[in-house]
Amino acid sequence: MVSIELERAYVDFPIFDAKSRSLKKRVLGKVGGNIGTDTKVPVIEALQDITLSLSEGDRVGLVGHNGAGKSTLLRLLAGIYEPTRGSSRIVGRVAPVFDLGIGMDPEISGYENIIIRGLFLGMSRRQMEKRIDDIAEFTELGDYLQMPLRTYSTGMRVRLALGVVTSIDPEILLLDEGIGAVDAAFMNKARDRLVDLVRRSGLLVFASHQDDLLLELCTSAVWMEGGRIKQQGPLREVITAYKGRDPFETMPAETAERLGVH
Amino acid sequence: MATRRSWARAIADIRDGLRDRELWSHLAWQDIKQRYRRSVLGPLWITLSMGVTAIGLGLLYSQLFGAEIGTFLPYLTVGFIVWNFIIGCMTEGAETFIHNEALIKHLPAPLSVYALRTVYRLTIMFAHNLIVYAIILVIFFDDLAQPYQIIEAQPGDFEWWHPGLSWTAVLAVPAFAMLVINGAWVTLLFGIVSTRFRDIPQLIVALSSLMFFMTPIVWSADILYQKFGNVAGWRALVTDLNPLYHFVELLRAPMIGNQQSWTHWLVVGIITVVGWGLTLVAMRNYRSRVSYWV
Repeated sequence: MVSIELERAYVDFPIFDAKSRSLKKRVLGKVGGNIGTDTKVPVIEALQDITLSLSEGDRVGLVGHNGAGKSTLLRLLAGIYEPTRGSSRIVGRVAPVFDLGIGMDPEISGYENIIIRGLFLGMSRRQMEKRIDDIAEFTELGDYLQMPLRTYSTGMRVRLALGVVTSIDPEILLLDEGIGAVDAAFMNKARDRLVDLVRRSGLLVFASHQDDLLLELCTSAVWMEGGRIKQQGPLREVITAYKGRDPFETMPAETAERLGVH
Repeated sequence: MATRRSWARAIADIRDGLRDRELWSHLAWQDIKQRYRRSVLGPLWITLSMGVTAIGLGLLYSQLFGAEIGTFLPYLTVGFIVWNFIIGCMTEGAETFIHNEALIKHLPAPLSVYALRTVYRLTIMFAHNLIVYAIILVIFFDDLAQPYQIIEAQPGDFEWWHPGLSWTAVLAVPAFAMLVINGAWVTLLFGIVSTRFRDIPQLIVALSSLMFFMTPIVWSADILYQKFGNVAGWRALVTDLNPLYHFVELLRAPMIGNQQSWTHWLVVGIITVVGWGLTLVAMRNYRSRVSYWV
């Protein structure tokens, strides 16, 4: 059963300045007694007291201002950061799409990058080779996959990254903003695939500033502010509280119908 | 707190890392390819630069020490090849996590994957250098296959003979395995400590040339034996107390038919056990901190 349980989780970053991040203080500091400075390293509490319970089928949007802790929360959910206080329990195979440049080599072909990305997500080379055709078709990149990645536009990179994560049947899909760089037609296609994926077995957490993308992909939301959860609940409620207006009011009738809102 | 620091998770990290063989071997090859991208000879430059260094230094130092080129050049070359692997594990190992910062922060993967990437990359470089060894072996096989002295004893000196190449050369295989096993803990432990204290990599680099000249690589420990016999003294300080000497000798001796000693196996064995013990403690306590520190 795929699930994520966070229990009063904190993420505290120690900030080592140039001096404290060296042995100098430790070694030299022994001589001459304490000058009375606080030797403790200053800490940034990036996330505080996060209690969150996600389970199979959840499609959660993360909203909040810059620096509110959305990306850090995503990394906590991915297991990249383990909480400094509190606890986290992540059950399921995680596939994050955070920074599109990371783990990709611009000098090698899109095809090779697909393989590497897959290896990082716990697949074997052979498993990825089987999926290549499917990814090529989905991303519509075709022969471009033979080209080095540096020749790709941002949108093409997003397509590639989404193609990989959606092809490997991940159980926990974590998307950071940045995937908005694709055109509407592809977003439509990606949406179907993502929703289908979550329905089969999994959960999705998506951080974004774009209402339309959130509405497309998510059903519930978490509003982050100052490293804490300010509100969590159904998407419409949270976004209405966050933006101060109902996002569905301004939605074109056609979109509303497709999403099943009235 | 209890779950973050646990032996089970430290061991699981190493186990999962080993299982991701395709990932780290791919990343290591990618490192090599990236370094030599668009050069005509590509990774053969590794072989070539080792070859040039070996010939140059071999010619010079054999004259300086009045040694036979046929045995001294292989001695120096193999010492160099082994040393490059060992010092690589220390200098590149210390920077393992620092260099992989972006990946560590963006993709959840066992930490040991990055350590294995570094050790495997160094193993690939070692394999490239073995080409030089193979060529030298072909050229100087006759010199190496009979008993020889690396440095000819002067009248009044103790004579120090080596048995020459024999079937005992197969011990080079387990010896290299020991170097890899130790390289893995060095990379993990030095990597973790260096991520927290950024002076450590600098310190290691600063000491590396001193360590190179202190360890018998361009010179031979035989000189000490010839001058002082088995009388322990400052000789012991320079060689026996230098752990790197034992690692170099462990692999170099069988490769060129030098006298092998179980002492090296014993010392290396103890270091392996102690090193891995320390590393497991570090992994248990600080594994989850590395992503915060990088």
